[in-house]
Amino acid sequence: MAGHEAPPKREDGAFKPKIIGILCNWCSYAGADLAGGGRIQYPPDVRVVRVMCTGRIDPLFIMKAFTDGADGVLISGCHFGDCHYLEGNYKAAKRMFLVKNLLKNIGLEDKRLRMTFVSASEGAKWGQVITDVVKTVETLGPSPLAELTK
Amino acid sequence: MAERKTKKETASTKGTTAAVKKQAPAKAAIGEQPEAKKEARVGVFICHCGTNIAGSMDITAVQDYAKTIPNVAYVDNYKYMCSMPGQAVINKAIADNKLTGVVVAACSPRLHEPTFRTATKEGGLNPFRFEMANIREQNSWVHMHDQEGATEKAKDAIRIAVAKATLLEDLFPKSVPVEKAAMVVGAGIAGMQAALDLANAGIKTYLIEKTPTIGGRMSQLDKTFPTLDCSQCILTPKMVDVGRSENIELMTYSEVESVEGYIGNFDVTIRKKARGVLSMEEGEAMGIVGGGCNGCGDCEAVCPVVLPNTFEEGMKPRKAIYIQHPQVVPLLYTIDFESCIKCDLCVKICGEKKAIDLNQKDEFVKVKVGTAILATGYDMFPVENKTEWGYKRFENVITSLEFERLICASGPTGGHMVRPSDGVAPKRVAFLLCAGSRDNTGNGKPYCSRFCCMYSLKHAHQLIEKMPGVQPYIFYMDIRSFGKMYEEFYYRIQDEGAKFIRGRVSNILEDPVSKNLMVFADDTLLDRPMKLEVDLVVLAAAVQPAADTNRTRKLFGVSCSMDGWLLEAHPKLNPCGTTTAGVFLAGVCQGPKDIPDTVASAEGAASAASIPIHVGHVELEPYFAQCIDEKCAGCGMCVNLCPYSALALVEKDGRKVMQVTEAKCKGCGTCGGFCPGGAIWMNHFATPQIIAQIDAFLLGGEQ
Ligand SMILES: Cc1cc2nc3c(=O)[nH]c(=O)nc-3n(C[C@H](O)[C@H](O)[C@H](O)COP(=O)(O)OP(=O)(O)OC[C@H]3O[C@@H](n4cnc5c(N)ncnc54)[C@H](O)[C@@H]3O)c2cc1C
Ligand code: SF4
Ligand code: SF4
Ligand code: FES
Repeated sequence: MAGHEAPPKREDGAFKPKIIGILCNWCSYAGADLAGGGRIQYPPDVRVVRVMCTGRIDPLFIMKAFTDGADGVLISGCHFGDCHYLEGNYKAAKRMFLVKNLLKNIGLEDKRLRMTFVSASEGAKWGQVITDVVKTVETLGPSPLAELTK
Repeated sequence: MAERKTKKETASTKGTTAAVKKQAPAKAAIGEQPEAKKEARVGVFICHCGTNIAGSMDITAVQDYAKTIPNVAYVDNYKYMCSMPGQAVINKAIADNKLTGVVVAACSPRLHEPTFRTATKEGGLNPFRFEMANIREQNSWVHMHDQEGATEKAKDAIRIAVAKATLLEDLFPKSVPVEKAAMVVGAGIAGMQAALDLANAGIKTYLIEKTPTIGGRMSQLDKTFPTLDCSQCILTPKMVDVGRSENIELMTYSEVESVEGYIGNFDVTIRKKARGVLSMEEGEAMGIVGGGCNGCGDCEAVCPVVLPNTFEEGMKPRKAIYIQHPQVVPLLYTIDFESCIKCDLCVKICGEKKAIDLNQKDEFVKVKVGTAILATGYDMFPVENKTEWGYKRFENVITSLEFERLICASGPTGGHMVRPSDGVAPKRVAFLLCAGSRDNTGNGKPYCSRFCCMYSLKHAHQLIEKMPGVQPYIFYMDIRSFGKMYEEFYYRIQDEGAKFIRGRVSNILEDPVSKNLMVFADDTLLDRPMKLEVDLVVLAAAVQPAADTNRTRKLFGVSCSMDGWLLEAHPKLNPCGTTTAGVFLAGVCQGPKDIPDTVASAEGAASAASIPIHVGHVELEPYFAQCIDEKCAGCGMCVNLCPYSALALVEKDGRKVMQVTEAKCKGCGTCGGFCPGGAIWMNHFATPQIIAQIDAFLLGGEQ
């Protein structure tokens, strides 16, 4: 649970997942900021890249992250109907299906890629999303591609 | 490429920035190493934010690490980077170290990007050569008990930001003229005050109200706390002013249908709902001499269709052709076409005035405005959902708004406070505060509705004053009397003899014969359960955003908080602004406010909305898309993706390529995220810049 208490500490030497989060400026990035304002505590494993809208996210960005050795990729934008540019998130969501298929085809668990919808007012939900994503990726273990690129 | 350069030159010759001109990096495709990287010199400035950041991570370690990042030419830290001395550090370092990019690791770019862009500009760099690493909201504040994790994350965040900063380019905001007109949506006290202020500042203002009259909830109130002046007496003069103001174009019985454009240039389509009655101006325009509705009300007398009057909370009838109350502005009848049976009686009685048109259709009006204010107010929470209190099951359980109408001299009973079941004056009246507010059961609202404590005190006072011998009982959780002279008002009501019981009412039962009510509660001060028989129960019901708020806010691109109230740009520093430039909030639509706070927020919003109009132009962030002609295959797939129709295929050098209309592009990047050939360059969020960030995180650090 993401809340005001510290998330449980990892054991020494345990797998520290490398996760990249690509967030839209208007909803999810603002929601993540709000989690900060509310001092919601969550695990520190996700690194964030900000774009104006999830519509900007080229499937190549995600593939590049995985080939660079990311253990997980999180895409997060506005709720449907709330995109600052009307429908960028619909288009992004469609692309996510494509990328998930691609991942499956190359033998990578598609759960390593996740798209979520977190609004500017959902700080607590952001904490929850990060906690879940980190947990999922921890369970999956290091990406097989990360091993290859080493 | 040549095409792009000429664009830049024209932009810079406009003199928007006194920036150091530098060769723009070549647009490299994914994987290619962009050229500029070799010569980039980035300065990194780490903020402690007092102990906000420094308390959760090891700043020295972060600073030492930053020095090792490729292309970093200078690193410094300061207690408050955003302060004057902090910004001076940046200014000086840019010149001393010939920096080409600036990274500040501090709070969120959503808070201080504009501040540091200005600092970057003052140091002599183009302001868009600035990138922020968010190490507060998304780091020190959310990893407060994990020093090591926070420190590592900060190092990565800085590395990622530096990677972007090495590839940032000079950009020049586009200056666009601002239409000298404003729009206010919703004509309650908030919308009226905002419109009056704008109009008095010389700005043409369209005031859009969905009901047939202006005034909003305040016109339903009898007296207003804490001064107890009569609501109508302070409101109606303002309503008249609004109706009279030359700069206000009032559109009642109208709704916003669509909004296009951006700050300075919103194209708004308004639906003027068919009201079936012509105003005198409309009548004159149609050449009917002395025609149009003069408010005589002859039609109302003959109309056979009887409905409940919502203004009187359903406690008085109205006809299918109606005005809600005698003080309406404009004084103009309206036909409720959903109930009208088209019997033609009103048309006949109206006679030569020819004011009634039973076949009128909705009309669409297009207007252009520079800025807009949303002031859509609130509705009552359907308190019947809290079945334990029996509203709508027991006749003598009423809401506070019904109380306002019943005690009001112009209300359905002429101000005689009687109970609905038998028309007899009540002797014992229970007020239930927080009826649906501060309620975490899921069947209510978690927030405080903010004015119910005060108006319930007012109600108790009105009873005591008007009906000697009556006993008010106030069931409360806390009395929140925070405003100027409010606490004093609370003491006064205590002295007047109202009884206060701290505790929530768990249940209400009705005596089927007397229709009296048995109220069950826990008296938490005496720590014992209690029951009390009363003649009337008044529920101080919670409030919620007005019915159409969600649709309207989406038209303007405004977000809402979890409970549906419209979201301000910053709760403290920008409470009237929204994240859509040029759109502002006034009154209760942003969250419950009493009248003094509503008027203050309306004046704030009006002032904010008038600034761009008075300045006459605004600068748009130059995040638009551009086509890299050599890479464009002319497939045209992006054209239909753009939600703003900013893209088109054009002939150039004998082949088809895509072209962007910069004024239409809002910079979402949807086209750029799609183009299979990588032919779309998104300013400030270009593919090589984003790929560099990804690479920096995953390949750039200590592995
Ligand atoms: C029972 C009760 C008693 C009160 N007593 C007091 C008191 O004594 N003192 C005090 O200070 N405060 C009091 N208040 C609070 C007061 O009512 C509010 O502060 C005030 O009415 C807020 O004004 P507003 O303009 O923000 O909203 P509203 O009055 O709700 O006005 C909003 C207007 O916008 C219109 N609208 C809504 N949606 C749209 C749309 N989509 N398009 C176009 N138009 C739209 C509505 O029709 C309405 O006219 C009381 C409230 C209640 C419930
Ligand atoms: S035509 Fe409609 S509004 Fe006119 S009197 Fe008949 S029912 Fe009433
Ligand atoms: S970035 Fe592309 S899709 Fe978005 S508004 Fe501009 S041209 Fe249209
Ligand atoms: S702006 Fe958030 S998804 Fe488009």
